[in-house]
Amino acid sequence: MDKVYTNIVQIAGDVITVEAEGVGYADIAEIVTSRETSLAQVIQLDGDRVSLQVFAGSRGVSTGDRVRFLGHPMRIATGDDLLGRIFNGSGVPLDGGPALSENVVDIAGPPVNPVKRIIPNKMIRTGVPMIDVFNSLVVSQKLPVFSIPGEPYNELLARVAVQAEVDIIILGGMGLKHDNYLFFRDTLEEQGALTRCIFFIHTAADPVVECLLVPDISLAVAEQFALQNKRVLVLLTDMTNFCDALKEISITMEQVPSNRGYPGDLYSQLAARYEKAVDFDTAGSITILAVTTMPGDDVTHPVPDNTGYITEGQFYLKNGVIEPFGSLSRLKQQVNGKTRDDHRIIMDTMIQLFANYRGTLEKQAMGFQMSAWDRKLLKYGNLFEKNLMSLEVNIPLEKALDRGWEIMAECFTPEETGIKKSAIEKYWRAPHSTSS
Amino acid sequence: MTSKRKGRIVKVNSNMITVLVDGYSIQNEVAYVIHGKERLKSEVIRIRQNHAEMQVYENTASLKIGAEIELTGELLSVELGPGLLGQIFDGLQNPLPALAERHGFFLKRGEYLEALPDDTKWEFTPLAEKGGSVRAGDKIGYVPEKVFKHYIMVPFGLRGIFEITQIARKGMCNLKEPVAELKGADGKKHSVFLQQIWPVKMPICAYREKLKPTRPLVTKMRIIDSMFPVARGGTYCIPGPFGAGKTVLQQLTSRHADADIVIIAACGERAGEVVETLKTFPNITDPRTGKPLSDRTVIICNTSSMPVAARESSVYTAVTIAEYYRQMGLNVLLLADSTSRWAQAMREMSGRLEEIPGEEAFPAYLESRIASFYERAGEVRLNDGSVGSVTIGGTVSPAGGNFEEPVTQATLKVVGAFHGLSRERSDARRYPAIDPLISWSKYKSFIDEGKMEEAHAVMRKSNSVAQMMKVIGEEGTSPEDYVSYLKGEFFDFTYLQQNAFDPVDEATSEERQEYVFSFIYERILKEKFDFENKETALNFFHRLRQSFRGWNSASWGSAEFKDIEKEISDLVDSAKRKAKSEITHG
Repeated sequence: MDKVYTNIVQIAGDVITVEAEGVGYADIAEIVTSRETSLAQVIQLDGDRVSLQVFAGSRGVSTGDRVRFLGHPMRIATGDDLLGRIFNGSGVPLDGGPALSENVVDIAGPPVNPVKRIIPNKMIRTGVPMIDVFNSLVVSQKLPVFSIPGEPYNELLARVAVQAEVDIIILGGMGLKHDNYLFFRDTLEEQGALTRCIFFIHTAADPVVECLLVPDISLAVAEQFALQNKRVLVLLTDMTNFCDALKEISITMEQVPSNRGYPGDLYSQLAARYEKAVDFDTAGSITILAVTTMPGDDVTHPVPDNTGYITEGQFYLKNGVIEPFGSLSRLKQQVNGKTRDDHRIIMDTMIQLFANYRGTLEKQAMGFQMSAWDRKLLKYGNLFEKNLMSLEVNIPLEKALDRGWEIMAECFTPEETGIKKSAIEKYWRAPHSTSS
Repeated sequence: MTSKRKGRIVKVNSNMITVLVDGYSIQNEVAYVIHGKERLKSEVIRIRQNHAEMQVYENTASLKIGAEIELTGELLSVELGPGLLGQIFDGLQNPLPALAERHGFFLKRGEYLEALPDDTKWEFTPLAEKGGSVRAGDKIGYVPEKVFKHYIMVPFGLRGIFEITQIARKGMCNLKEPVAELKGADGKKHSVFLQQIWPVKMPICAYREKLKPTRPLVTKMRIIDSMFPVARGGTYCIPGPFGAGKTVLQQLTSRHADADIVIIAACGERAGEVVETLKTFPNITDPRTGKPLSDRTVIICNTSSMPVAARESSVYTAVTIAEYYRQMGLNVLLLADSTSRWAQAMREMSGRLEEIPGEEAFPAYLESRIASFYERAGEVRLNDGSVGSVTIGGTVSPAGGNFEEPVTQATLKVVGAFHGLSRERSDARRYPAIDPLISWSKYKSFIDEGKMEEAHAVMRKSNSVAQMMKVIGEEGTSPEDYVSYLKGEFFDFTYLQQNAFDPVDEATSEERQEYVFSFIYERILKEKFDFENKETALNFFHRLRQSFRGWNSASWGSAEFKDIEKEISDLVDSAKRKAKSEITHG
């Protein structure tokens, strides 16, 4: 049912209004301008006036251009043919390969019935001690990386992607700088991971609203793989760009903004995407790791704030490291009791001591005297930052736990750590004997 | 009413549609959008001449201008009857397990199922006799449901006195078979079924009088029961920034609270959290009944990715079910997580209706809606003299963790207790993160008020010394102030904080709270310690704290409990003796 209409009556921002009949809400249309063909989506129906958001932007659209309604919502091809491929934000190949039309599904499908989910219980190992030891990533978790612009969040995502034990990785880039896109591609290629990756890339040079489709497309493809028993990891960077695109459209549509110009349904919009993370009771899983840059390092900004209420914790990237305070994996308790019996001990004790170290730093900055205990803490803090916290460190969980014991043994007596006796007997080694 | 009224869509704006109606329309009536084979439930929310604006309880993708609408003339209602306990419903009372059986992984739009299966047979026992006179809410019989007598009551909507003209004998019957027939003063006859239908947005008022909430509802959380108690039939709210532990607090309350029935309304929150409740409750034994916790629980779950409009109805569905069980003389606890999401759903609709926005774009009627929701809580005396209650506890998720925002403020105006969670406490892993310095309760605790006021004073003093110490350092603090600080910290660590992962510490009975509190009050808070120096004071309290931790983990009345109590007692005695001997010798 292809219908072509030519009477565009209004163009405002990236939203055009055309007079048409028999159009379904949220349907997709193609707009053919003198330069290009762009996709657009119906966002309002009012009598015969149909408003569409134009993904390639309205620049250059003429009131005489043709709008062809495709008669269905946005769809995307799925399946193994996508592996190793790179597409733009509307699903058009960027790698010169053929366009795909197999196993087409509607994006933004219905929500999962909660009774078909299981309680998450499998850890994803990443080789980053600040994640594995202190805030374990769990299958089906949705976790954002809160970060100031300029922090190495894309490097972190790429590392997790390379090392995570999952079947398929889907990268959704929104407003990604072109060199970052190349960085992702090259890193994954070097590590031989490209064949289990699918890229949906919207770069900073592309029209802003085009990034609105990226999360939905990525997650729709992920969902199909998950239904076929695959463990899928979806990386989204950067969700703040997605929210800004939502803001732009809602202001153009003259909606009443709720908070700093963002639409009132920002929470629901974000939740609809993040809640796609799932561990099906009889099929595979989707895990989401997303970057949310915080304008001005302000966690109360509407985007990180709404995100925090939806996701199951957050990694807080600051000064090039994952900050132990402010970072939280809400699901870690589901998995860290089953790894090694000292996992929780190391996690709790080292963080408590590190908190004391931070207190000592404050004291030092204010010019108070340093006691013997303070000096121990300073030594401990430095070792912790260098040997565990730095993102350079890349070791498996067990090695990281051993390293934790080493650091503590180098700085403290067993009693000073407050660790229970049985664990000390099992794991504590005097510093000189552990020179591996 | 019988003639089916129809209409046609003239405008679609996300989940709001405008419909040109043939004939009259009723505010808040339910309508269906006919889209091919699908029938999408919606509700009229504004009428302008012959245009009705409706919120659709489903995704509106693919709807077209001109699509047909059927208006039902009925308000959004729920089915009330035996079989609710242990169920998991969505916001429109669709049973989710049955939907999963039929449609698999996903919630297909436009699929609705009966909330209560018609074919289940229940054993009815009559309590009233033919010829007796009854009115709305009177119990005429019962069926067994789980461990409860599920009373069958005269429909709540009937007005006046009725005569029982027929009543079934003891025996099995299903939801659709009448168990009694009533005759009104006007001679009209009404059948009574095991099940009745009630519109969710109307409170059930078939009781004699509403009472003042005075009896405490024990939650087994020390900081709540002792310092900021909740009363049966009362209301309380838990605002807090994300990650402060609101949901964990609600989950613990749902497990341990001393209520007959717990209704959990998971409104616009994470699906994972509901999954945890619904997968673990069948395996946790309720110590009061010996049966699984799920037997006394109803879960209404409309998680954040489920349709927004149904989020609003989910809290009403939950409170209506709560009121229904209250009518049987039971104590019901309704936990709503989170009321902010419900308020946001209102904001979304209000924006689409292009209403003039209030603060932060919330609608002007936000306050009155929140107030009328919480007002449905209460302890009531029923027609037969027995007492039932609905207690409502709602979490609030304030934007940016700032309590000045409209939803928190509107809620604080109408609730009886405020359990404010703070980021500082949760960052310091002081759980439950209820901040004793900002929280309050208007209800009475089972702990002596005067003593508790002194405990509050200790906390305030301790905090002000701590603030001062940040500036002038430990060195500049006087020994008396330092001990006050340590007392407050001690009370916080050992009494106010509770370890949710410790099987004993996670729930403290009323008896134990009274005992331990009076011990701490008499032996430590009131005690005038006179330590040699700050370090001995600190060491003493560290040792005391460690022993107390052990005490908190020892089961009530066990030998271990008594041993540790003795140990602590001795420790306090020795500290006092030392102080005394120093005074006499110095």
